[in-house]
Amino acid sequence: MQKTLTRAGLAALALAGVALILTVPGLAEEAAKPAAAPPTPPPPNFNKGDAAWMMTATVLVLMMTIPGLALFYAGLVRPKNALSVLTHVFYTVCVVVVIWVLYGYSLAFTGGTSVIGGFDKIFLKGVTGESPAATFSVGVPLSEIIYICFQMTFAAITPALIVGAFAERIKFSAVALFVPLWVTFIYFPIAHMVWYWAGPDAITEAAKALAGATAATKAELQAKLDAVNADSGLIFQWGAIDFAGGTVVHINAGIAGLVGAIMIGRRTGYGKELMPPHSLVMTLIGASLLWVGWFGFNAGSALEASGASAGIAMINSFVATAAAALSWMFAEWLIKGKASLLGALSGCIAGLVAVTPAAGFAGPMGALVLGLIAGVVCLVFCTTIKNMLGYDDALDVFGVHCIGGIIGAILTGILVNPALGGSGIMDYAAGKIAEYELGTQLLAQTKAVLLTLVWSGVGSFILYKVVDILVGLRVSVEQEREGLDLTEHGERAYTM
Amino acid sequence: MKIVMAIIKPFKLDEVRDALTAIGVHGMTVTEVKGYGRQKGHTEIYRGAEYAVSFLPKVKIEVAVASDQVDKTVEAITGAAKTGQIGDGKIFILPLETAVRIRTGESDVAAL
Repeated sequence: MQKTLTRAGLAALALAGVALILTVPGLAEEAAKPAAAPPTPPPPNFNKGDAAWMMTATVLVLMMTIPGLALFYAGLVRPKNALSVLTHVFYTVCVVVVIWVLYGYSLAFTGGTSVIGGFDKIFLKGVTGESPAATFSVGVPLSEIIYICFQMTFAAITPALIVGAFAERIKFSAVALFVPLWVTFIYFPIAHMVWYWAGPDAITEAAKALAGATAATKAELQAKLDAVNADSGLIFQWGAIDFAGGTVVHINAGIAGLVGAIMIGRRTGYGKELMPPHSLVMTLIGASLLWVGWFGFNAGSALEASGASAGIAMINSFVATAAAALSWMFAEWLIKGKASLLGALSGCIAGLVAVTPAAGFAGPMGALVLGLIAGVVCLVFCTTIKNMLGYDDALDVFGVHCIGGIIGAILTGILVNPALGGSGIMDYAAGKIAEYELGTQLLAQTKAVLLTLVWSGVGSFILYKVVDILVGLRVSVEQEREGLDLTEHGERAYTM
Repeated sequence: MKIVMAIIKPFKLDEVRDALTAIGVHGMTVTEVKGYGRQKGHTEIYRGAEYAVSFLPKVKIEVAVASDQVDKTVEAITGAAKTGQIGDGKIFILPLETAVRIRTGESDVAAL
């Protein structure tokens, strides 16, 4: 009886919510009508090549999650849990897409504080097909709708990564509740802190105005420039750089995964019972889709179809990946005596993770070195360190994404140096590449890493506790033995 | 009548089937099983997680034969399934009370 009432109550709430969503944008327009209509702005000069590339990149990133990540993870678990992992990932995409257009985009990418945005674009209020979003080039706008979609896929894949850490023992209701909470309180703030800024056009304009200032107007125009610079995320203001999401996606998800894995506890029989991957064929398919899709992730983060930025990100996403796959494979060959496919695939992902923050900033040779290091270090964390510390991070979310992300984030600070083939960092106010200072940049990168680790680590801990109190995190031992596919979803992945 | 149950190495199945057909045995039931005797398993390593797999894949053949055919059957299976390496398998002889052919209702040796 209670369950029926709860379900009826939730259904009524959902209907009320839908009614609200449909009316609010309309209300906003109603309220605006009495005021004088603003002059029609000229149609934006969207470059069709950029638009075509960014739409493609967006779809590539979606493919990374479904089916890339889904298959990668599913192949690594036992047959009785394969479907549950697929469901976690698919559900995550769907729920994040909805949340993103409701309030996620607004919280991440509008002005507010330096920690979180505001509700200016709640329900995508005011956004039309003509709205421009800033890229990294002055006078080169991108359709905001496309930008929203692109960033949406990033918001979707990040929580999807986390579920690998506590696979094979988590309740679906826990995942269903945790993901919306996590993106709201962890992902949106960090995305805002690292990536939100006023854009190159605003900065350049304000700087130009200041340059032409008279003694009378100088203070005012300086204040204007300061305001534009302050209209950005905290980590962005620190000068930390993250091309495609080393901190926002990988360190973020990685530490959340580790905390979850430790809090939920090891799988029953871990260390004693056989729980090898049930299909490395499936994992290979997933890893390959991830690599191909990652070009959308990295090269798409250039926000333009240019060789300067997108092209560099593309080549780095080849080189670092291959180098890391090889270094993991060969290191394992040396240490364990056999070169494994899983090692190569894991190295490949580690390389992709590490090159993510560096993609548009490093040069190809820098990316090569980055990959070689990431492959070996992640191997050590996924084997020696993990076994030594005894936590059950089932699918190595921490060892690959957090560690790989940290390596990438720190080395980005080094490899961005033009002397090492890097692109250097653009100073839009000055209109040229900024002077590179190793110590300053490394400090900024380190601060970014630390804040992400703390925000996500502590924040995720709190959210796991909340979810545990509300619905419980873990299935019973009997349910775990039977398999989550049957107990949580009433389905089998395989009927043979 | 007896049931001759043989656990053999999987790749020997075709040879054993041919050998049994040659001595006049025209039916059998085959199951894929796992097991071990003196043959040790192997170790699998996945990202630092080592698994000692002691159960090896084998094939179980069950044939129903008349009691006076048992020795010939065992000889045929042994000859075909043997490699000389550890893990060749074992044969068990079990008593069989009755057999019935479902299509015709024949029983005992006529059903074999």
